[in-house]
Amino acid sequence: MAALQTTTLNAMKTNQAQLLADWAHGLETSGATRNIKELDLKQQTSEFLQLIIAGLENGNSQNVAAPGWDEIRQFLEKLSHSRALLGQDSQQTASFIFALKGPLFALLQNHYQDDPALLAEQLWEASELLDALGMHTIRTFQKSREAVIKRQQEELLELSTPVVKLWDGVLALPMIGTLDSQRTQVVMESLLQRIVDTGSEIAIIDITGVPTVDTLVAQHLLKTVTAIRLMGADCIISGVRPQIAQTIVHLGLDLQGVVTKANLADALKLALTRLGITVSKAD
Amino acid sequence: MTVRSIGSQPIQIEQDVVLARQMARKLAQECGMRLIDLTKLVTAVSELARNTMVYGGGGDMDWQILDEDARTGLRLVFRDEGPGIPDIKLAMTDGWTSGSGLGLGLTGAKRLVEEFELDTEPGKGTRITITRWT
Amino acid sequence: MERIPILQMGNFLLVTIQVDMHDQLALTLQDDLSERISRTSARGVLIDISALDMVDSFIGRMIGTISGLSKIMDAQTVLVGMQPAVAITLVELGLTLPGVSTALNVERGMKLLQDRVREQ
Repeated sequence: MAALQTTTLNAMKTNQAQLLADWAHGLETSGATRNIKELDLKQQTSEFLQLIIAGLENGNSQNVAAPGWDEIRQFLEKLSHSRALLGQDSQQTASFIFALKGPLFALLQNHYQDDPALLAEQLWEASELLDALGMHTIRTFQKSREAVIKRQQEELLELSTPVVKLWDGVLALPMIGTLDSQRTQVVMESLLQRIVDTGSEIAIIDITGVPTVDTLVAQHLLKTVTAIRLMGADCIISGVRPQIAQTIVHLGLDLQGVVTKANLADALKLALTRLGITVSKAD
Repeated sequence: MTVRSIGSQPIQIEQDVVLARQMARKLAQECGMRLIDLTKLVTAVSELARNTMVYGGGGDMDWQILDEDARTGLRLVFRDEGPGIPDIKLAMTDGWTSGSGLGLGLTGAKRLVEEFELDTEPGKGTRITITRWT
Repeated sequence: MERIPILQMGNFLLVTIQVDMHDQLALTLQDDLSERISRTSARGVLIDISALDMVDSFIGRMIGTISGLSKIMDAQTVLVGMQPAVAITLVELGLTLPGVSTALNVERGMKLLQDRVREQ
């Protein structure tokens, strides 16, 4: 298959201004410019055109993964990353490139009007090139979006597990819902950090709202209890349901040295006793 | 997977173990690793670098920062040309030691990282590769 | 030679580890401490590791050894200020320091030591 011809390249070079103007117009009508400053867009379009010309000059148009296209690929990665952060969807992001097709095809049509065979070939090549670049943009856009989603998931995890202060020196972590290993880990880490921040001597992990635990989660719990002890605080586990107790015994996990209480109230009572605090009814 | 940067740190004397730890800490920070993961990695480095020095008779720690999809990873290779490990299964048992340590070096380090690869040949040396992703 | 300072406060010895220790330094500390306990008849040892951002099996073993040694010499050891990330890593490493007493900070550690000594 033939590559893009030097004449095509030259035509692009000499008509840059026209291409840019038509492209910008196309972008605007397609709605791909929403939320983007006009100045930024102008800079992006002209930089892209420069890069595509440079890419054609030192590489062939059939393989955009070749080193000659490094710069343009990096440019597109940066572009799609910023688009993802702006909240644009993949279609809007990809239209940035696809909107160049119209003006470029018009240019080629004009340039090769005497040679239909060559025109068809060059159109095909240009189309292939822009498609490949567009695909690359979508791929990297997807990656950026995944990174955004991953970060949001982590933030959600932290939000969904509040560590509450029950008394001066007593923290509680009421765990609700199914525990997976990742969530347990995040929760435990934030509990440990809060122990240091508040100087609390006793931490109560309440698992009343947890329907079941598996081996991994039970192990995480035990590891947390040990880590809390290493830091110099004490840990009480409250609200162990019969099914969970059975699981723990069945799994052969050693709960030696772990203090367990039937419910949160009993755990708090024990914590207060340990701190030498008595609570009584006012007459 | 693309390699962002590479480098190497010799491990010959005790002070080099400290330097290897500090280097790993700096690189892990560059990768944007969470504090817990970073601490685990640095601790694994301490164990493995000590092994390289004590049992391997000295060697090197090669490092690579990797980019793959949306994540970044730090890969470290500890290599020596020492006597090697004759019985891998035994060496990977908690509490077993050929020296005077606690026998937690290799097994502990393995638990602290996501990827652990042990390559050894008696008389030729040992090569341990660990990777931790963000 | 490089050394970690040991402070004396009444009956107690206080060690604050603030440097990234190499193995020899840890061994020296272990020797220095046992020598000081015997010379001063100290009743308690407080080891503050709040500034340490990593404890590996070697340092962990040193802490266990100091605790064991001091017990034989009739002194209590309390380890204080371990950072959360360090605690999680130690547990993962398989080192749970059984028999070593711990406290959140120096103040609490001191109180724990006093209570222990009074009990005896």
